Amino acid sequence: MSTVEFRNVSKQFANGTVALRDFSLKINDGELVVLVGPSGCGKSTILRLLAGLEDVTAGDILIDEKIVNQIIPQQRNIAMVFQNYALYPHMNVRSNLEFPLKMLHTAKESMAQIISDIADILNLQDLLDRKPAQLSGGQKQRVAMGRALVRNPSVFLLDEPLSNLDAKLRAQIRADISELQKRLQKTTLYVTHDQVEAMTLGDRVAVIDSGELHQIGKPTELYQSPQSIFVARFIGSPGMNIIASRLQKGSNNQWVAKAGKLVDIPLSKKPAKHFLQEGEFVYAGIRPESISTQPAEKCLRLRANCVTTEFLGHETLVYFYLPGIERKTPLIARLPGQFHPNGKTTDLFITPETVYLFHRNGTAIL
Amino acid sequence: MSVYLALGCLTLIFLVPVGMMISGSFKPDSLVLQEAGQLTSFFPDEIVLTNYQDVFARVDFAQYIFNSIYITGTIVLFGLFANSLAGYALSRLHWHGRKLILAGVIALIIIPLEAIAVPLFYEVTLFGWRNTYLVQIVPFIANAFSIYLFYTFFLGLPRELEEAARIDGAKPLRIFTCIVVPNAKPVFAAVAILTFLTQWGSFLWPLMVTHSENVRPLPLGIALFYTLPPLQWGDIFAFGVMMVLPVLVVFLVFQRWFVQGVASTGMKG
Repeated sequence: MSTVEFRNVSKQFANGTVALRDFSLKINDGELVVLVGPSGCGKSTILRLLAGLEDVTAGDILIDEKIVNQIIPQQRNIAMVFQNYALYPHMNVRSNLEFPLKMLHTAKESMAQIISDIADILNLQDLLDRKPAQLSGGQKQRVAMGRALVRNPSVFLLDEPLSNLDAKLRAQIRADISELQKRLQKTTLYVTHDQVEAMTLGDRVAVIDSGELHQIGKPTELYQSPQSIFVARFIGSPGMNIIASRLQKGSNNQWVAKAGKLVDIPLSKKPAKHFLQEGEFVYAGIRPESISTQPAEKCLRLRANCVTTEFLGHETLVYFYLPGIERKTPLIARLPGQFHPNGKTTDLFITPETVYLFHRNGTAIL
Repeated sequence: MSVYLALGCLTLIFLVPVGMMISGSFKPDSLVLQEAGQLTSFFPDEIVLTNYQDVFARVDFAQYIFNSIYITGTIVLFGLFANSLAGYALSRLHWHGRKLILAGVIALIIIPLEAIAVPLFYEVTLFGWRNTYLVQIVPFIANAFSIYLFYTFFLGLPRELEEAARIDGAKPLRIFTCIVVPNAKPVFAAVAILTFLTQWGSFLWPLMVTHSENVRPLPLGIALFYTLPPLQWGDIFAFGVMMVLPVLVVFLVFQRWFVQGVASTGMKG
């Protein structure tokens, strides 16, 4: 049984930088929670606070229901994998794995047994006598995982462990981590800036920006029901298209988000928030994959100018400009197969059910 | 090409005196100055060992070299210990007044021994340390330049190594000895050699605070040959060769680390 809880935790560094504001989060036993956000958002600070490498400015951190604010790192029974692996360069793999056990005064026989078991799990048997400099990125990563696992920690922390690997290896190690976590059922906190990693690994994903928790939920919840523009833009690849609009009642009493003078984005229903008036400034959100070039029933047709295309093999990202809208941010569509713009303008089709609506303060309305 | 020519000339300028010293030490004393200034002086017609025999006969060379090794070795060993800990504390630990102390250390680098020799003399006299090994060792263990070298090197070591060790359960002293020191061999070698070179040639301070042959180091031994008649340059050269030999050995053994250490501490050679 290992739970982790952050209760209204804040962190301000000596130079005045506020890294975390009133952050609260509870991680259940055996759960893998991914902290995701842009660089400098405070996600690594959360990990360092939990590890005891930094002190909290306010609030409490609890491991297994016990406040650990004043407890030194080695007594928290946690293990951490660092972004650059932090393997001891002067020790071979075996000594790297032995180091945490020596600190725990483990008997030699049981130490050898533990290392053999971990080496089997992570396929390190052939690497035990090599120094870190003689290992590839993926091998270093596995050794770092092994060093974290030998102590049998109650909480497992991973700080962007895949960021130094190439794309192919990243996908493979990602799958390995997921499989290992499911097998060992360790409570895990995983930090990344890559939303694909977050969506594929996390039982739950916490989206953080500027030291604040924007939303936490299952990956599908974050994708389908983003509670803010930031989450909508961050989750999804590419993120949601956000279009500044005004709320209006169109023909047939249908509510629309009017962008510029020419574009009416249909809404599936009237926004529930009663204080919203006609003419109110809002943001309409459309996922790139919700845009189609094929007409469907009750869908809106938009005429857009194609600017550029990015062919990705199985799909094409197409960048459009909508008429009468400031040409700062293009509308991105994710279209299946290879897309060839037929002439200057293209007809795009959007169903009202796929349109999101956000208040001017960035929170979701619809 | 012209660069190589210039470098070659510079190398010659540095090597010629050393060559003269070595060849002069193997010549009969009468020929040492007679042939000086000629190219043939580097290749003696007759090789003799009388100068070396003279050195051992005229002074207690074994005592001098023991004194130098003991004094320099102790300063190097204790200096590595104390200065590395100070550098580590300045680069990694957080404590009040750290920046002020660091500024003080940097300022101390530019103060030469000659500027503080007299007050230091009074101080050690007060302690009753004159004419001892202690007086030649203690004031030179803590060294601002060594502390600064360690400080800059430790700043460049990845902090994650120490953090990983903390999480693994290591206490600060264990982290320093098991993680930091093994990864800081180049700077330890650089500081050891620099300290050794400085202290091996130390002259002014031992001259001020010692008067007995029993505790005096080699540079004061060689100075004796200028004041004890007859003035024999062959003996001086032979003494010089024997004095320089340990330095060369130390440098050749640690050369690889030394170059690495000087490069990684950002100090220009």
